[in-house]
Amino acid sequence: MARRSLALIAAALVLALTLVPIGAVTLRAGGFSGFAPGDGQALRFTLLQAFLSGLFSVLAAVPVARALARRRFAGRGLLVALLGAPFILPVIVAVLGLIATFGANGLVNRGLAALGLPEVTIYGLHGVVLAHVFFNLPLATRLLLQGWLAVPAERLRLAAALGLTPWAVFRTIEAPMLARILPGAFAVIFVICLSSFAVALTLGGGPRATTVELAIYQAMRFDFDLGRAAALSLLQLALATAAGLVALKLSGGTGFGAGLDRVVPRWDGQGRGQRALDALAIGVVALFLLTPLSLVALRGLPGLALLGPETWVAAGHSLSVALASTALCLAWALPLATRRGEALGLLGIAISPLVLGTGLFLLLRPVVNPFTLALPVTALINALVSLPFALRILRPEAEAIRADFGRLSAALGLTPWAWLRWVFLPRLRRPLGFAAGLSAALSMGDLGVIALFADPERATLPLHVYRLMGSYQMQAAQGAALLLLGASLAIFWLFDRGGRVYA
Amino acid sequence: MLELRDLDYREGGYRLRASLSLEPGARVAVIGPSGAGKSTLLDLIAGFRAPQAGRILWQGGDITEAPPARRPVATLFQDQNLFPHLSLERNLGLALAPGGGRLSSEARDRVAEALREVGLAGFAARRPGELSGGQAGRAALARVLLQARPILLLDEPFAALGPALKAEMLDRVGAVAARLAALTLLVSHAPEDARRFAEATILVAEGQAFPPRETGALFADPPQSLSAYLGPRGA
Repeated sequence: MARRSLALIAAALVLALTLVPIGAVTLRAGGFSGFAPGDGQALRFTLLQAFLSGLFSVLAAVPVARALARRRFAGRGLLVALLGAPFILPVIVAVLGLIATFGANGLVNRGLAALGLPEVTIYGLHGVVLAHVFFNLPLATRLLLQGWLAVPAERLRLAAALGLTPWAVFRTIEAPMLARILPGAFAVIFVICLSSFAVALTLGGGPRATTVELAIYQAMRFDFDLGRAAALSLLQLALATAAGLVALKLSGGTGFGAGLDRVVPRWDGQGRGQRALDALAIGVVALFLLTPLSLVALRGLPGLALLGPETWVAAGHSLSVALASTALCLAWALPLATRRGEALGLLGIAISPLVLGTGLFLLLRPVVNPFTLALPVTALINALVSLPFALRILRPEAEAIRADFGRLSAALGLTPWAWLRWVFLPRLRRPLGFAAGLSAALSMGDLGVIALFADPERATLPLHVYRLMGSYQMQAAQGAALLLLGASLAIFWLFDRGGRVYA
Repeated sequence: MLELRDLDYREGGYRLRASLSLEPGARVAVIGPSGAGKSTLLDLIAGFRAPQAGRILWQGGDITEAPPARRPVATLFQDQNLFPHLSLERNLGLALAPGGGRLSSEARDRVAEALREVGLAGFAARRPGELSGGQAGRAALARVLLQARPILLLDEPFAALGPALKAEMLDRVGAVAARLAALTLLVSHAPEDARRFAEATILVAEGQAFPPRETGALFADPPQSLSAYLGPRGA
């Protein structure tokens, strides 16, 4: 059957593209001395920062999720939507915003200086952790909010009828739920932070704040020590796979959280202290998320005037990479939108882009100059990385369409083309638009494998921003970052909107 | 003649056997307790399930292995009879052109004619969501008219309609079946449907589809499994 063979081809391609580069890395690593003295430190730092990032994100998310679960207030829907935004926010943009907030000349330090207090620095371990919390606190909050909203209404009514105190409500209802959800949320964030590259590249660095991913990059880029890069890639692979499996077991497949804008009626937590606590949690998190973003917008505006032709060329590259990567990702995802296909797509979460990039570099080098292929390779790897998200969005709807209309279509004898044209794609339009938007925005903001491959001719916009930062052209960097932010949001909005119109 | 020859279907612990034959153009009800296998029987005839043993023959030709679209069968399902995002014209057009290409003007005329026949003249541009339950049922019937197959299977298609509307729909089905001279099998929970619609009735119970009996006679003298299903006042 045509559909089945297409799925098999797509699956084989995913497998080949993930396993062959890893094979190349393994072969290469075999013959070499392997690790450098600093690499043990990189491993320790990777584990430590991922642990702290997961811990702080999850702990801070508890009061925020609880406040969102039991309060109605103006702007609640907006705040919940904002919690989804970091997913499509380019890392480099957030980093610039965090530097503007917590950096040497940032808001916080100016405030501290006015009070005569010593200044804080954003570079090193706490900067890396801060940035990771910025990205993952919203994720943790959404996961916990799902848990809170899934508490059966009858239990809350019972608690209200019995007149349980806040502490009793916590012990009987909330603590068991948290015990179920917190470990999974922590594990997911831990895994995400394990393969942190862009944050470590911009806020870490130096022997004391280098992740394994960053060490791979440095081995390739500065020392051109392919054997060491390969050895590090294997280490990263083992790390990500082991942690990924644990996280998968703990998290039990969390979705994208439809229906988080629902408010379940509650009767507990009406005391003044509880209200103040919730207001504080919501205020602090809103400030924490909005301040850096507002600063990017504010400081970027004058920078827009400084954008040179290089920036526009980079923006053009980013746009083509994002579109190509989205097309590729969807072409992959459509035939794989089944239960088995989704399991396969999970591969994309466990492997790091840098490892894949290193493998492809090793494979391509004997044949062509890898640097000339920087953009296609980036698009390819971005598509692979987006694939699990696209599958998670598409799979439930695709299966529902097959269940609802498979028989009617078989009874009518629809050809595969007619099924695709008149039934499958039109019915799948909404999730398809959403998946395309996510994939395009992720690719647009990606600063990973491109840093490994790029030469001055072939920068994408995030890499260009990074280079401007590196040459201390902060105003221009902020202008380009604002452009990048706008482009990412716009491309997400356009695709997502395209899926909704007339649907 | 539709012939089910020593048909045997198993799935897990469940089993359905059938050995019976039905005349072309006959109107037959399929009745029995829920879970006994009424829908399974229709699925076997329509080709959505494959029997482990036995043959299905139509006018002497073996159709046991044929895919659903190649069988002389049109089906009205319980629901999802129409694609909700397509206009009625496109929905009905797929019965004429399963390749999904542009409809010829002749095909469009035939669609309009079929819609007129079920009292939906001028509805070609509407989508199923804009129709009432009864109208949607009639639109699905119009598609059956276009398919023009000699066997018509109905799996409780009007369960969601009120009694009056359901009676009207059954009469319309009868009219369509008569137009096509189609053998019609109607699955139903309700004995009154069988009485209203069908001259013969197949009882499905105890893992078996019994050969059809004259409907009035069956209800007048129900076997034990049927009277248990109908209850003391059911007949």
